[in-house]
Amino acid sequence: MLLIECPYCGTRDESEFTYGGEAHIVRPLDPDALNDVEWADYLFFRKNSKGILQEQWNHSAGCRRWFCAERDTVTYKFKSFYKVGERPVEDEA
Amino acid sequence: MSKYSIFSLARNAMSHHDNWERAWRSPTPQKSYDAIIVGGGGHGLATAYYMAKEHGMRNIAVLEKGWIGGGNTGRNTTIVRSNYLWDEAAFLYEKSMKLWEGLSQDLNYNVMFSQRGVYNLGHTLQDMRDIQRRVNANRLNGVDGEVVDAKELAKRIPYLNCSPDSRYPILGASFQARGGTARHDAVAWGFARGADSYGVDIIQNCEVTGIRREDGAVLGVETSQGYIESKKVGVVTAGSSSVLASMAGLRLPLESHPLQAFVSEPIKPVLDTVVMSNAVHGYISQSDKGDLVIGAGIDSYNGYGQRGSFTTIEHTMTAIMELFPVFSRVRMNRQWGGIVDTCPDACPIISKTPIKGLYFNCGWGTGGFKATPGSGWVFAHTVANDEPHELNAAFALDRFISGALIDEHGAAGVAH
Repeated sequence: MLLIECPYCGTRDESEFTYGGEAHIVRPLDPDALNDVEWADYLFFRKNSKGILQEQWNHSAGCRRWFCAERDTVTYKFKSFYKVGERPVEDEA
Repeated sequence: MSKYSIFSLARNAMSHHDNWERAWRSPTPQKSYDAIIVGGGGHGLATAYYMAKEHGMRNIAVLEKGWIGGGNTGRNTTIVRSNYLWDEAAFLYEKSMKLWEGLSQDLNYNVMFSQRGVYNLGHTLQDMRDIQRRVNANRLNGVDGEVVDAKELAKRIPYLNCSPDSRYPILGASFQARGGTARHDAVAWGFARGADSYGVDIIQNCEVTGIRREDGAVLGVETSQGYIESKKVGVVTAGSSSVLASMAGLRLPLESHPLQAFVSEPIKPVLDTVVMSNAVHGYISQSDKGDLVIGAGIDSYNGYGQRGSFTTIEHTMTAIMELFPVFSRVRMNRQWGGIVDTCPDACPIISKTPIKGLYFNCGWGTGGFKATPGSGWVFAHTVANDEPHELNAAFALDRFISGALIDEHGAAGVAH
């Protein structure tokens, strides 16, 4: 069971959340200007990182707000949580 | 290689079974091969086997980072069926089914393929309409299938809860009589032994760490056992496909997720078929040892950790309890996870890539085991001829660009 820290509500069980996949994929502002390769890249192609992945979560059984997290996809440990529109906090090192 | 038979069994019994020859060699890698298959799971070993058998190639290596069959091949729930809705998928899985039907004889290795039938349950009127449609489509494509109503189901599977008072009442099912299960480890071992007998080098503990290229063509692979040259590299690494793709500077339309499975303590024979439900989301069969073999859906988050969360375990068990209340006091013996690479249209990618000599066979998601022989058969053709076979032409990587997706979520998205 993952423990997830909603930036609005605090730490809760995974079962309160819905996963939203890779974060920071921006919908192209002018889709008509894209060719098929670029449009496919936006729709379907993903980083699928082994290691740190920036991803989206929704606190669906709580405040129902979306937020982002950085998580290691091998150990499943979270590195940081942050609100939509923000960027992850860099390590101090 | 000696043939397994009643006579070899008797002969080896004389020497207390101490002198069986090894089923495959453990060679050290050569400097160069005509083709390299990355990934020694069922699909990779089958690919090497059919490349040797059907296409006359001999100088082939299978590189496996761990031990053969230690990934998803040894972690699935062993269900085999071919009742897919769309033509492309039905033909591909049916090819696999036909190979399954002769596989033990072909490999001279008992893969314990058991055609005990597979039921896909319907719990709503729409489920039943979809089942009617899928069975009709299957029959038109030469795949066996029948629609069974709840009354008949209750007769055939006595412990299945067909009561109209249950929360999600069972209204009927599709039934594929030729479906069933196979012994997953034996499939890996049988293909390994078969490939080895043609001279294929199966190299375990050999992790690929880089793919060397020049002018858009493959030169070879860097591995934990040194550089190995080959102009053809076929990648069959399931959950790790995106990692291998990134070594060649490619991105794939894949996401890797944990998929969990379970076996119970062994109990007396109680379930002689395979029961799957998309609506309550679980599937179950009973192995020859007597354990109930149970699975359900993926964990929702991306993961490479070969384990999942308790929430998913709970979902799985509630689904099985809904179908078989009689199993409420059976204890689970073991639980594990594998990493499945899911594709947006729930269909595999068996394809050439923009890099010459580099081929990918991936994206099988939660349902790759049933396709093992067919997947190897078409991928062998693709790698050997540098062209897809007509059975896998539609499963090209560029379908995500052209939009010609094969939307099998109805038949494939859930249960395997």
